[in-house]
Amino acid sequence: MGQVAFAGVSKWFGVRVDGRMQGVQALKDISFTVENGQIVALIGPSGCGKTTALRIAMGLESASAGRVLVNGREVRGCGHDRGIVFQHAELLPWLTAEQNVMFGLEMKGMRGDTLRDTARRYLDLVGLADSAGRRPHQLSGGMKQRVGIARALAIDPEVLLMDEPFGALDSQTRETLHGELLDIHAGTGKTILLVTHDLDEAVLLADKIIVLRAGALQQTINVNLDRTGLDLAEMRTQPEFAQVRLRVWHALHGTPTGH
Amino acid sequence: MSSSSETAQITPIAQPMLPADLVKPRMTLPRWTITALSVVVFFALWEILGRDVNPVFGSYPSAIFLAFIDIVRDGTLLPAFLESCKSFFLGYVLAIVIGVPLGLVIGRFRFAEAALGIFVTAGYAMPLVALVPLLVLWFGLGVAVKVAVVFLMSVFPVTINTWIGVASVPKSLLEVGRSFVAPGHVIMRRIIFPATLPYIMAGVRLAVGKAVVAMIIAEFFTALSGLGAIIINSANNFDTATMFVPVVLLMVMATGLTGLIGMIERRVAPWQSELSGRDSA
Ligand SMILES: Nc1ncnc2c1ncn2[C@@H]1O[C@H](COP(=O)(O)OP(=O)(O)OP(=O)(O)O)[C@@H](O)[C@H]1O
Ligand SMILES: [Mg+2]
Repeated sequence: MGQVAFAGVSKWFGVRVDGRMQGVQALKDISFTVENGQIVALIGPSGCGKTTALRIAMGLESASAGRVLVNGREVRGCGHDRGIVFQHAELLPWLTAEQNVMFGLEMKGMRGDTLRDTARRYLDLVGLADSAGRRPHQLSGGMKQRVGIARALAIDPEVLLMDEPFGALDSQTRETLHGELLDIHAGTGKTILLVTHDLDEAVLLADKIIVLRAGALQQTINVNLDRTGLDLAEMRTQPEFAQVRLRVWHALHGTPTGH
Repeated sequence: MSSSSETAQITPIAQPMLPADLVKPRMTLPRWTITALSVVVFFALWEILGRDVNPVFGSYPSAIFLAFIDIVRDGTLLPAFLESCKSFFLGYVLAIVIGVPLGLVIGRFRFAEAALGIFVTAGYAMPLVALVPLLVLWFGLGVAVKVAVVFLMSVFPVTINTWIGVASVPKSLLEVGRSFVAPGHVIMRRIIFPATLPYIMAGVRLAVGKAVVAMIIAEFFTALSGLGAIIINSANNFDTATMFVPVVLLMVMATGLTGLIGMIERRVAPWQSELSGRDSA
């Protein structure tokens, strides 16, 4: 129900530097597939093109070359089949947390009691039931981020695109939400493309890790971590965790893995 | 959206364990006391210094107040005031009703900006005084011409401010609308308009002063009527104190209106003052 395929995607940006236009290539011929129900992590250093890739998949940006297919259909603009969690939450400042979640739902045509109930349910899910009536400036950075997650989850998209959703959180809350995300994923089988620069996060959550460096796909690493019935601490003790973590580390640093 | 969130913000004060410094922030003077003091000092100085001036060349508060009582008693002030208010409010409200949507459209659509923006920019600098005689030819000498002058003076600050407001809505907020597949009119109504509201209110405030000036100009140039007539007539009689009555009255009225607009702004856009951390402006 939700497959995402990047097919030879490149992206150039025109930047004006000292009055002269320069071309910047943010993505270089990227191809990979997120299979239905998979969690795929996009990892790489700052500025390597992670956000750009996600925005193209969302339809907020168009590819300069190549295309992104969602369920075999080429992405041309935004759709309810995809939900995005922005890197900086991007809540509407004049709406309360609850109204922010409701905004997405209303755009899907939901009205009346179901609207409020659904919004409450997802705020509850991210642990913000008590802050439903607060406006964004009355929330901490991490709380804002969680409202953003609730807003994207609430519209029940087939594909969830998440841009460093846990970046602004403390490690404890992050662990909790990692657990939540795995639960949600187990419960709904959603396809998730997750941008991160956190090695552990990528290995713990993803079935496949795409390592980007300077806009190019450096390596694709499959993760065969056994997650059934285990909590995050137990997952870390598996030999597979350490091995994959090391491979991703080498890929990130451009050093040979020895495998 | 306001009533439920309003109560949500008030409830914490009812909680018993709230620290005292949240209820009563600091031991500083409230803003209005400073303002009141400053006004008192101003009028006191004016009273003291004004008394030494030849009453033709100047006046002072107590004399102005006596003149005020006089023209209230003989029944000239109230009808003149109402007469002026009529053209003022008609023109001012019309400027908002037309200026805000116009600014939204110019700010939102590239075509409208390219086609109409230049007229709005030029219109703001229009030397309206020079055009009043022409407007009299078009609209006659009645209320219509005064409304037209007030409208033309106040519509441009409203439009320009709204336009600037729309242009400065962060792209990221528009993308929230796009990513949830909001149609254009919903993005306009639920994202652009609320994001622009503080700019609109600033324009609406600036327009008060413009509209007052416009109203008096219109009354000077057309059939003498309203407060403008009182000013001209008393100036011709060298009755400077009476001349000051409408002048002071108008300034008081404009200040009150501006304060009222500020209150409305805090009601319709409460997040703004909370964001900037200012209690009033
Ligand atoms: N709108 C834009 N105009 C010009 N250049 C851009 C634009 N957006 C991104 N870039 C450039 O493209 C490259 C990739 O940016 P991107 O935001 O995708 O990085 P990122 O991997 O998400 O980084 P971070 O981890 O810091 O968020 C950067 O070099 C950036 O400067
Ligand atoms: Mg990014």
